[in-house]
Amino acid sequence: MAGFLARRLLNYAVLVVVAASLAYLLAATALDPRSNYADRTPKPPAAVVDAQLTALNLNDRTPLLQRYATWAAGVLHGDFGRSVGGTPVNDDLRRRVGVTFRLVVLGLVCGSLLGVLAGALAAARQYGWFDRLSTGLSFVVLAVPVVVLANMLILAATWANEHVFGRQVFLVSGEHSDGLDTGFWGHALDRLQHLVLPTVSLSVGLIAVFSRYQRNMMLDVLGADYVRTAMAKGLSRGKALIRHALRTALIPVATYFAFTFGTLLTGATFTEKIFGWHGLGEQLINSIFRNDVNTVAAISLLAAIAVLCASLAADLLHAALDPRVRAR
Amino acid sequence: MTLSEEELAEELRDGVMAGAPSRTRLIAGRFFRSGQGRLGFAVLALMFLLAFAGPLVSPWSYLDKDFTAFLQPPSPGHWFGTLQTGADVFAVTLRGMQKSLVVGLLAALVSTALAAVAGAFAGYFLGWTDRTVTWVSDLLLVLPAFLVLAIMSPLFGSGQWPLFVITLALFLWMVTSKVVRGMTISTKEREFIQAARYMGVPPVRIIFRHVIPNLSSLLIVDATLNVSTAILTETSLSYFGFGIQPPDVSLGTLIADGSRTAVYAPWTFWFVAGLLVVTVLAVNLVGDALRDAFDPSSKRAR
Amino acid sequence: MSPVLDVRDLSVSFGGVPAVREVSCAVRRGEVLGIVGESGSGKSVTSAAVMGLLPPGARVTGSVRLHGRELIGASARELTSCRGKAMSMVFQDPLSALTPVYRVGDQIAEAVRVHQRVDKEAALVRAVQLLDLVGIPRPSERALAFPHEFSGGMRQRVMIAMAIANDPDVIICDEPTTALDVTVQAQVLEVLKKAQQKTGAAIIMITHDLGVVAGFADRVLVMYAGRPVEVGGVDDVYYRTRMPYTVGLLGSIPRADKGGRRPLTPIEGNPPSPAALPPGCPFAPRCPMRIDACEEREPPLFEVGEGHRAACIRWKEVAPYDAGAPEVSGSARRERPPRAVLEVRGLVKDYPLFKGALFRRRIGTVHAVAGVDFDLRQGETLGLVGESGSGKTTTLTQILELAPPQQGSITVLGHDTARLDAARRTGIRRDMQVVFQDPLASLDPRMTVHDILAEPLHTHGQRRPGRRIAELLSLVGLDPSHAARYPQDFSGGQRQRIAIARALALEPRLLVLDEPVSALDVSIQAGVINLLGSLRDRLGLSYLFVAHDLAVVRHIADRVAVMYLGRIAEIGQVDAVYRAPMHPYTQALLSAIPLPDPVRERARDRILLEGDLPSPADPPTGCRFRTRCPKFRAELTGDERRLCVDVEPEVRPLGADQGAACHYAERRDVV
Repeated sequence: MAGFLARRLLNYAVLVVVAASLAYLLAATALDPRSNYADRTPKPPAAVVDAQLTALNLNDRTPLLQRYATWAAGVLHGDFGRSVGGTPVNDDLRRRVGVTFRLVVLGLVCGSLLGVLAGALAAARQYGWFDRLSTGLSFVVLAVPVVVLANMLILAATWANEHVFGRQVFLVSGEHSDGLDTGFWGHALDRLQHLVLPTVSLSVGLIAVFSRYQRNMMLDVLGADYVRTAMAKGLSRGKALIRHALRTALIPVATYFAFTFGTLLTGATFTEKIFGWHGLGEQLINSIFRNDVNTVAAISLLAAIAVLCASLAADLLHAALDPRVRAR
Repeated sequence: MTLSEEELAEELRDGVMAGAPSRTRLIAGRFFRSGQGRLGFAVLALMFLLAFAGPLVSPWSYLDKDFTAFLQPPSPGHWFGTLQTGADVFAVTLRGMQKSLVVGLLAALVSTALAAVAGAFAGYFLGWTDRTVTWVSDLLLVLPAFLVLAIMSPLFGSGQWPLFVITLALFLWMVTSKVVRGMTISTKEREFIQAARYMGVPPVRIIFRHVIPNLSSLLIVDATLNVSTAILTETSLSYFGFGIQPPDVSLGTLIADGSRTAVYAPWTFWFVAGLLVVTVLAVNLVGDALRDAFDPSSKRAR
Repeated sequence: MSPVLDVRDLSVSFGGVPAVREVSCAVRRGEVLGIVGESGSGKSVTSAAVMGLLPPGARVTGSVRLHGRELIGASARELTSCRGKAMSMVFQDPLSALTPVYRVGDQIAEAVRVHQRVDKEAALVRAVQLLDLVGIPRPSERALAFPHEFSGGMRQRVMIAMAIANDPDVIICDEPTTALDVTVQAQVLEVLKKAQQKTGAAIIMITHDLGVVAGFADRVLVMYAGRPVEVGGVDDVYYRTRMPYTVGLLGSIPRADKGGRRPLTPIEGNPPSPAALPPGCPFAPRCPMRIDACEEREPPLFEVGEGHRAACIRWKEVAPYDAGAPEVSGSARRERPPRAVLEVRGLVKDYPLFKGALFRRRIGTVHAVAGVDFDLRQGETLGLVGESGSGKTTTLTQILELAPPQQGSITVLGHDTARLDAARRTGIRRDMQVVFQDPLASLDPRMTVHDILAEPLHTHGQRRPGRRIAELLSLVGLDPSHAARYPQDFSGGQRQRIAIARALALEPRLLVLDEPVSALDVSIQAGVINLLGSLRDRLGLSYLFVAHDLAVVRHIADRVAVMYLGRIAEIGQVDAVYRAPMHPYTQALLSAIPLPDPVRERARDRILLEGDLPSPADPPTGCRFRTRCPKFRAELTGDERRLCVDVEPEVRPLGADQGAACHYAERRDVV
C-alpha cells in the first residue's frame, strides 16, 4: 500500500512538474509582457523597460531556458515570482484561492445534492412525470453554455430587481459591497445577495449533470440481482431501493463528485469573470490579457495539483465506499 | 463491417451473396422511431439549412454595415435587428452558426478518431504503449485546456481556424480514449478477438478490423456528443476573445457583444443565444437517441 | 395434506408475448418439485411470478395460493409480508445476488429483522447460527466478510442461509447450482437437503439439469415453450415417459455412466419463439412422432397414470427412453496411434497475483499450471477436465499462444514452441485451430458469416474463398445461402457450427475445443457433439477437448486427463478412468456427477469433498489434494499421511493406459 501510494504520488509529482513547466514555457513564449509598456504615455525608455522586465524575470531578451530556470528555482522555494504589476504572485493567489473555494464548495454541494436527489427520484419512477420533466430540463440546461446562462441570469435578475422587487435584491457584481456599515447581519445579507446568482449559475449545470449520472447509475443497479434478493427477503420496494440500490449507485457518483471538485477550481472561470468575483479563474483570464506569465504559470500549477488531488481523493473515496476496491 | 468492393464483386460472381446487411438499417429504424431522435434530427437539419442556405435569402451579408440603422430592433429590413455597428444580426448570426457548426463537427471528428486510435492501441498492446498514451492523456487532463487555448489564441487569427479546430480536438479526446482503452481491454478478452489472434491475424489488422468496429456505437455516440462539447467550448473561448478571431465571427463572439447591449437591445443577445441553445440541444438529442438505437437494452441518457 | 403452495393456470405475458402459459402445480410440505426445461421454456419466469418479482410490464393471470391465500393481485404490503417469511428464494448467480457493499452477516440479519421483532445483536447472532447451519467454516468470523470475499459455492450457501432465516414453508430455487462446479454442486445440494430437513419446507427446484432433478426431486414438471408438457412422480417421468419431448431430452444427454461411442439422439430443430408459436402442439415441428392431428390444436395434459400427466395425443404409443444396459467391462480397446500431434512436458505457468482494483500491489504468485505432462496422438481425442481453478484454461492458452513456455516444453505438430520463428509459427496456426465456448462471443457480431469464414482464408493467403465457404457451411450442416447473414440471426447451435466451420477452414490437423458445448442446451448440444464426432472420423482430426462436463468428455474422448490445482491428478483411457478411477479426486469428481436416472441416483454414495479449492497462490505442500482428500482424512494412518504431506506425487502408470498422481491410488467404482 505505502509503496503503491509512493509510486503514484511520484507519478503525480512528475505530471505536475511537466504540466507547470509546459504552461510556463508556453506562456513565456506566447505572451508578450513588453507590449504592456507600449501604450504607456509617456513611453518609458527601452533601458528602463528592460530593467523592469528583467527584475520581474519577464525579459524576452533573456534566453527562455534561463528565465525558466530562474522561475523554477523560485517555485521550488515556494515563490511564484511577481506579477507584471510587481506585486508578489503568492499574496494575490492566496487571497483568491479562498474566494474560489467558497464559491466552488457552495455551488458543488448544492449542485450535487439536488442532482443526486433528482436523479434518484427520476430513476425510481422511470418514465414517470418527474423523470420526463427532469430529463427534459437537464437536456436544456446542458445545452446552455455557462457564459450564456450567466448572462441570462444577470438579465433576469436586473429585470426582477426593477420590476418585481423594486430594489436591488440580487447583486450581480463582486463578492460584497464596499464601504458597508450595517454590522454583522448587514454584511451577511450583502454577501448572500452577491452569492445567489453565481452559485445558481454554477450549480444549475451541476444539478443537470449529477441528476443524469445518478439516474443512470441507479437504473443500472435497479435491475441488479441483489435488489431482487432484497425484495425476496421481504423488504418493500422503497426500502430495497434506498438501502440496496441507492447505496451502491452512490459510489460512482461520490467518486465523480470528488473529481469535479478538482476541475472546478479553474472551471468556475467563466462564472467568476462574469460576476466579477476576484477568484483564481478570473485572475487566469486577466493575467492572459495582461501578459502576466508568472501568474499564468502559478495558476496552471495550482490547477494541476487540484486535479490530481481530486483524482486521488476520488480513488480514496471509492475505496472507502466500496469494499470490493478496498485494499485489505 | 461489410465486404470490400473488390471482394463483393467477386462474391457476386460466385453467386453466394444474398440479402443485404441490415444492421445500419435496423439502427436507423430504431433511431427514427424514437420521437427524440426524429425531433433532434429535424431541428439539426433545420439549423444546418438555416446556417448554410439562410445567407442566400438574406438581403445583407455578414460584412455589410447598414449606416442608416444602428442598434435597431427587428424590422422587415433587418429580420433580427441590427448591432451597434450597423451589422445585420440575422446575417452575422448565420455566419457565426456556420463557423460554430463546422468547428464543432470537425473538432468532434478529429478528437473521436484520435481517441479511438489512441485508446485502442493502448488497450490492445498494453505495456509501454499503454503507459505512454495514459501519461500523455493524463498530462493533457491536468493542463487547463482553457489556458493553453487562450494563450495560443493569437495564432488562430487571420483564417487560421483549422489550427484552432485541431488544438480544440487535442483537448477533447482524453476521456473517450480512456473509455475506449477500458473497452478494448475487455473486448480483447472476447473470444472472437482471441480466435482471430490464434488464426494468425496481425495485431494492427485486428484493431482496425475487429476492435474499433465493435466500439463503433460508443464512438458514434461520443462523436455526436463531442460536437456539442466542441461548440460549447468554442463559444466560451470566443466569448472571452480567445477563440475565433475577428474579422471572423462565431456564436461566442456574438454572444459576448450581445451580452453588453442585451439589457436595452435584447435582440442582440437572445437570437444568438437561442439558436446556440437549440442547436446544442438538437445535437444532444441526436446523440442520446443514437445511443438508445445502438443499445436498446440500456435506456440511458446523459 | 393440503398443498402449501398451489399454482393454478398461471400465465405471464410481456407486451402480448406469452412467456408462461397455464402452469399448474402444487407442492406439499417437505416435498420437492423439480421444474425442468431448456432456456426460454418459461421456468424462471414462473418462479418470479410466484414470488411476485416480475419486472413491471408483465401481465399475470391465474392463481397462486400460499396456504390458501391468493397472491396474484394481492397488495404490495401483503406480498412483502410473505416474501422471505412463508416463501423464500435462492437465485442462480450467487455473485450478483448479494449486495456488494454490505457484510454478509448484516445481509442475513436484515432478512431476520424484516420479519422478526428482534434487536440488531440478536439478529446477528441468528445470522451466525444460520451460517454455521449451512456449513460455512468459522461462521462468526465470516459473517463480517463481504460477498466478494467468498467463493461461488460459499455465496450460494449464504443465499440458502438467507432463504431459511425465517423458517419458510416454500423455498424456490432457481438454477441454484448452474454456476457452480460439480463437486461444489454436490455440496450445495447437500446443504439444501439439510435446510429442508431443518425447516420442513417444500422446495421448488428449477433447473435445466435432468440429473440434478433425478436425485433430488419427488415430482417433476417438464416445461416446453412456456407450458408444462409432462408432470408426474420422478420415476414415472424418467422410466414411464409419455411425452416425446421428455424422451428426446433424456436421449440427448451424454451420460457419465455409459461408455462406448453411441451417437446421441439430438432433438431436431430449435425451440419455437414465444412470439410465433406453431398452431398445434408447440413441439410438433421437432417431434419424431408427429402426425397431422398434432398441428390442429395444442394438446391438453392427459391423465396418463396416477398423478402423471402428459401433453401428447399419442401418449399411449410413446416409447420411454431406454438407456441400455451398463456396458460390459473390457469393451473394445484400441491401440494408441503412433504419431503425436501435441506433446506437453513439464509445463509451468505462474501469474503474478495482485490485490485491490485500485491500489494494485503484488501479493504473491498464482501457480496456475505447475508441471503438466500429456500428449495427444494423430486422430485421438484427449479430454482435459477439471473444475474452475484447475489450470485447464491456462494450459490451453499456453498451447494456443505458441510462445516459449515459462518452464517445460510444448511440441505442436513436431515443432517445439520455444524454437519457432515467426513464419513457422504462422504455419502452425494453419494446422492448429480453436473453437471456443460461447459461439456468440467467438464470432464478431459485425461481420457476416461469409466474412467470418473468409478471415482465416485471407490471413493465410487465399484470395478467392467463395467456393470454400459454401463447402464449409455444408460440411457443418448449414445452408450455404446463409453466408450473407450475421451471427445474431442464428440459434446457439448453428452459431457453434459456424465457429467449427471457421476452425476447419484451413484444413487443420489439430483442433483445440474449449468447452465447445457447455453454453448450449442439451437438446442442441447433442447435435454438435455428434457433428464433432463425425468430423473427426471423416477428416482424421485430433481434438484437445477441454471441458468441465465429465459426461460429455466420456462421450467424445478417447483419453481423459483430470486436472486439480495446476497438476494432472489422473490420466488414461477414458473408459478405464471412468469405470475404475484411481485418484481420490477423480473418484469424488465422478461421484458428484448427477445421473439422469432416479433409481441409481438414490442408491449412489456421494463422496463429498470438504471446503473450497485451496488458493493456487498458496497450494498445500506435498500432495495438492490432501487438504480435501477423503482418503487422507479417513483411511490413512499417521505414518502414511506423512508421505502425502512431504512428497508431491507424480503421475505413475497403474494399468495399461491409466495413471494417477496418488501415493495410495486404488481402483474404485463410483459412477
